[in-house]
Amino acid sequence: MNLVLETNNINKYFKKPVLFHVLKDINFKVSKGEFVSIMGKSGCGKSTLLYILSTMDNDYTGKLFLNNQLVTGNSRQELSAIRNKHIGFVFQFHYLLSEFSVLENVMLPAKKLGRKTFKEIEFDALQKLKMLHIDHLAKKRASRISGGEKQRVAIARALINNPSIIMGDEPTGNLDSHNSENVFNVFKELSVEQGLSLLVVTHDDDFASRSDRIIRMEDGKIIV
Amino acid sequence: MTNWNVIASIAKTHLLTKIKQTSTAAIGVTFGIGAYITLVSFMSGLNQMMDDLILNLTPHIHIYNEIEPSDRQPLNLYDKFKNSFNVVHSIKPKMNQKKIHNAFPIINYLKENENALGVLPQLKSQIFYIAGSIEMAGSLTGIKPLEEATYFKLDDYIVQGSSNELHNNSNGVLLGIEIAKKMSLRVGDRVQISTIDGGVFPLKIVGLYQSGIADIDAIQSFANIKTVQRILGVPQNYITDINVKLNNIDKAFLLAKNIEKQFNLTAVDINTANAQFETGTSIRNLITYAVSITLLIVAGFGIYNILNMLIYEKMNDIAILMATGFSGTDVQLIFMLQAIIIGIVGGIFGLVVGYGLSNLIDNIPFETQALPTVKTYPVIFNIWNYVIGISFAFISTFFAGYFPSQKAKKIDPVTIIRGQ
Repeated sequence: MNLVLETNNINKYFKKPVLFHVLKDINFKVSKGEFVSIMGKSGCGKSTLLYILSTMDNDYTGKLFLNNQLVTGNSRQELSAIRNKHIGFVFQFHYLLSEFSVLENVMLPAKKLGRKTFKEIEFDALQKLKMLHIDHLAKKRASRISGGEKQRVAIARALINNPSIIMGDEPTGNLDSHNSENVFNVFKELSVEQGLSLLVVTHDDDFASRSDRIIRMEDGKIIV
Repeated sequence: MTNWNVIASIAKTHLLTKIKQTSTAAIGVTFGIGAYITLVSFMSGLNQMMDDLILNLTPHIHIYNEIEPSDRQPLNLYDKFKNSFNVVHSIKPKMNQKKIHNAFPIINYLKENENALGVLPQLKSQIFYIAGSIEMAGSLTGIKPLEEATYFKLDDYIVQGSSNELHNNSNGVLLGIEIAKKMSLRVGDRVQISTIDGGVFPLKIVGLYQSGIADIDAIQSFANIKTVQRILGVPQNYITDINVKLNNIDKAFLLAKNIEKQFNLTAVDINTANAQFETGTSIRNLITYAVSITLLIVAGFGIYNILNMLIYEKMNDIAILMATGFSGTDVQLIFMLQAIIIGIVGGIFGLVVGYGLSNLIDNIPFETQALPTVKTYPVIFNIWNYVIGISFAFISTFFAGYFPSQKAKKIDPVTIIRGQ
């Protein structure tokens, strides 16, 4: 089996305000093309886990493998490069750079990666926007489009470097049912048609039940 | 790996969308640099003017025969009193001639010196100006007018006439303006001069001289050196003073000492003669720089504040950039670049504003009795002031940007994203 993500005994403590054991011996694997949901009550540590998996948080013990390579212990500089290349991130709040156009927002991670020419990046970005049916918004300022559209732009941005895995932190949490449906369909399509791995933290039972696998968490432990 | 294009384009977008803050910060720098340039140009212009007032009239080395008692009195030559404590009362100055012995060979020798620009002979004499039955004591100096004009800016101090006219008129005199006023004389009139020995000579006034120092203008007149020699009835090699102008003023002290030793004359260098003047100049410079640097530092704090605010506003953007793969260093560079752009743009405008203001001051009329040739406020345009100005703009904005951007670099994206 082709593993994209693997964790080995990940533990995390919050030291402030009091010492608190947030994550306890987290072990799980995500294989290529798998659509995984993480569910659990608020405060059970699922978001914390996601930030560790995304390499943004490196204050933990245990081991994290991405594409079978150990990521734990790399410098922040190296982690940035790994995020840039291998991980696409979609947040609950759309988090676009409001002063830039939709197209520029999508292009930014690819420009940072710098593997392609400007023209190629622009072409790719338009391609991603077209796939998500929002190519007509390309020239608009990111602050001038609706919430559902923003979330799709964020997904396009997550896809621009053809990452190994897309992570979502309640990507539909802030959207109405129609737009949630839309986002779910996009994810499903990506998973089925392009074989992309997805790891999504969600509160939405309906959303989770339609994914390939559900990881349930309680009090910092994986229970299923 | 740093991708400058992306960083530059993000920095540019930030600057352009916040154009109000950006321009406020840039205006701060512009004001600081502009004020610095103006202040320094104006102050150094004033300094130069003050220096010129005295220093133009002062030769770099002045060589003459000092009337003084000899160091070794005859008593010292007598062996029997060698080990005694000798006291000599009523010492008189040594009998000495006023003229410099062998003046022309000395002049020629000094002209050979690589540091000497001009070596000018002068003949100073005490005379009386005669107006009817009134005799007024004065001083008539014999000069070579054209050379004086070249090396000591004589023409700057001639209010009517010129050094050329004096040169061409063997009976001409350049009269101190205060004397002319007292005696109601004008250019073209004749003035009677009497020597100490009693001979009376009429001289034609070819010009009026104004040094700006009233006491000098009330006694001092100039004539051709040959004219004065003729009046005094002395031979053509009779010279009392030699003035030397050097290409490097710092060499004056050493050269003066050498001349004293070599020719047994008194040689005074300009720094010794005007030591207190140097002090004044350096203190004025110090004040100028202190004020200017304060201005620039204030401008720097302006940038620091605005950048700090910008970074707080952009917290979310910073988090998102970091989440999508920009490193802390990239984020830092984005904000550093903004600071430096503000500094350079503000600095360049500052240079322009400074140049404009200096020009304006340079054209404001400023007339003073003391300085006949000065018509407007003095301003010095020195390229180095501009270089220092732009460098300081660059350096201060660099630091004003460095500290806030260091903060941006250390932002933890997780904290921000969670905080929403």
